[in-house]
Amino acid sequence: MQGEVNEFKPLIVAFCCNWCSYAGADLAGSSRLSYPADVKIIRVPCSCRVNPLFILRAFQRGADGVIICGCHPGDCHYTTGNYYARRRMTVLFRLLEFMGIDRQRVRVEWVSAAEGAKFALVMNEFAGAVKALGENVKLGDLRCKP
Amino acid sequence: MQTVAERVIARAKELFFSGEVRRVLGWERGEFQHERIPALYETAEQLEKLVYDEYCGPNLSKELIALSKLEGRTLAILKPCDARSLNLLLREYRVDREKVYILGAGCTGMRGRDGLLLKCETCRGKDFPVFDEAIDDEECRKVPDGDRFADVCRIEQMSGDERFLFFRSELSKCIRCNACRNICPACSCNQCVFDNPDSGVSSKASADPFEDSQFHIVRAFHVAGRCTDCGECSRACPQGIPLHLLNRKIIKDIGELYGGYEAGGRSPLIDYRASDGEA
Amino acid sequence: MLKLHLDRLFRIAERRKLFAPIRRAGVVDFGLWEPGADVDLETLTSRSAKGLFFPQSEDLMVFQMRGKAIEVEPAAVPDDMFVLFGVRACDARSFAILDRVFLEGPVDTWYQARRSAGTVVALGCPGPLAESCFCPVFGIDLAEPEGDARAWVLDGELYLKAMTEKGEALLKELDGEEVDDNALDAAKADARAKMAQNPLADLDLTGLDGDHMMEMFNAPEWKALSKACLGCGACTYVCPTCQCYDIRDFDTGSGIQRFRCWDSCMFSDFTLMAHGNPRRTQLERFRQRFMHKLSYFPANNDGIYACVGCGRCVGKCPMHVNIAKVIRALGGKHI
Repeated sequence: MQGEVNEFKPLIVAFCCNWCSYAGADLAGSSRLSYPADVKIIRVPCSCRVNPLFILRAFQRGADGVIICGCHPGDCHYTTGNYYARRRMTVLFRLLEFMGIDRQRVRVEWVSAAEGAKFALVMNEFAGAVKALGENVKLGDLRCKP
Repeated sequence: MQTVAERVIARAKELFFSGEVRRVLGWERGEFQHERIPALYETAEQLEKLVYDEYCGPNLSKELIALSKLEGRTLAILKPCDARSLNLLLREYRVDREKVYILGAGCTGMRGRDGLLLKCETCRGKDFPVFDEAIDDEECRKVPDGDRFADVCRIEQMSGDERFLFFRSELSKCIRCNACRNICPACSCNQCVFDNPDSGVSSKASADPFEDSQFHIVRAFHVAGRCTDCGECSRACPQGIPLHLLNRKIIKDIGELYGGYEAGGRSPLIDYRASDGEA
Repeated sequence: MLKLHLDRLFRIAERRKLFAPIRRAGVVDFGLWEPGADVDLETLTSRSAKGLFFPQSEDLMVFQMRGKAIEVEPAAVPDDMFVLFGVRACDARSFAILDRVFLEGPVDTWYQARRSAGTVVALGCPGPLAESCFCPVFGIDLAEPEGDARAWVLDGELYLKAMTEKGEALLKELDGEEVDDNALDAAKADARAKMAQNPLADLDLTGLDGDHMMEMFNAPEWKALSKACLGCGACTYVCPTCQCYDIRDFDTGSGIQRFRCWDSCMFSDFTLMAHGNPRRTQLERFRQRFMHKLSYFPANNDGIYACVGCGRCVGKCPMHVNIAKVIRALGGKHI
């Protein structure tokens, strides 16, 4: 019993692009597909709107994992935004890894508006991976601990 | 025969006296043997203090953002690494090319109080990507063998926790003086996010180790694809933090993933291929 | 005067927190002593010792949301007794300057608490620690530092002399051999002689004071002096006497943490008001720093300069502009 009460539930922040992934999350909801309640979705106009500070601030304020979801390559509402996001995040994630931050805590996934099932699958899988890593200590801010 | 340094100074004076340029940006002697201070010369009398020798480490290119807004042309004495930084500023339209006369000055490596500067140990090359005229010789064109990514590779070999402890220990020395940012020729925003009280991240001291990481990740990433690896951030740091490691890691990765870049060319981060690998 | 082996001093750490110059990641700074710490008594610390009494960042209070109620909780006033060992004469003098700012009304609660909890064991220098040292210019004797106790290290032996009641109490905790006060006179004379030869020891402060405020302020030299200044805060943050701070709020998600942190007059957002920074150019900000140290502070504090000649700003400035250049340009015969 004790184990269940103290079970670690990772807090996931998901930056979802307005045009595809946010609609995909909607579809997952209306299709009654389940994904962890601790995934907090933040809607952004495009995956390339996500700047490194968004990710760092999410970690600072208690996130254990951050995922960025956008339209599939080639399907960006703004034609090329997700291509830029892909390069930027590749370089950023490598820098974070270089500084010793667990690589598995950050991820980019492409989820279209029609892929409610994929959204649920991705979130379940990501939450599982982050749960295995445990609490985010390296990029947390002690002042934000409850 | 005149040395490169003598020729550089003579030529700067010649251009000033002929009226070709209105002012000269160079260095002057400081209090100690190894100190050279960036200086702007606007009169013949001042110009007598112009110095160019093996201690002229400070990168002058960023000064030209302000100087190219003045009336008349400014002559700037730039080493090859400084010229690379200026090339970036030209590409980003921060400096008006017409207002600057670039006198390229050959360099055999600059020294500070503790000998050869770190940035010079792994010199990137002796070519001037932009110049009006360049003065150098055989000796100045020799590039040292140092591998600028050696330290990055060494850290990559460490375990994740070792890397974390290494950077936490280095970054914990940070006093948030902003010298690395202010000296960086690629950091040329009119107002930095860290100086903007409305940004939510501005702070004058790191109240938690997180803020050290945040500042340095964002500082390094903001110049990703634009950093010319001039090494001024590490030289300027009063606490001896090897800040260039973060920049070089990014340069190395961009090189491996997207074929590298030379500042002044198109940054790979404002470009893409449909075939790029996933993050 | 008490003589004992240096290692014995570190036994204080069993009873009280002990701070000393410790080398970490290549940089020597005051840090908490723990067994195995790399104590470095040959190098001037990168930062000054002021952070022990006036930390770079410290919490003042927390506004905590509890349901719909807001509770205000003042931060605990620090009362942990500690010993600060290895403070040099320059930094030791800086405490007297900071005391004037923080203790002469209105009294700063946190600073006062730390001052009374701390025992300063100042360490005499065997000579200048860096070529940029110039403490004698401000009448500081590197061989006889101010503090609760004076210390000297000679051939691995530590010599201690109590100067205050706090210092006496500390010395009672240590057992050593009583030696004659004159035992170190030769070493002290040698240290002073070496210091007199240091390049900046001849700086001339004539004409730099509160009485020449306007001449100094209007001096044309500021333009050239400040030209290369980057506007970073390296000089102010390593300075033992810079005491400006900012008060800020941090949103923790469940409340607000109000803290203060060092500020720098070199920054564009220093004393920011609705209309902006009252000093709009770097020249004005640069001038402010040195006017404060060499004119405004002495004008309000019986002629005492707010500089102790530690030379850190001289060594740390990435552009090599510093107070020594200012004194050379404006001091002596110039005004």
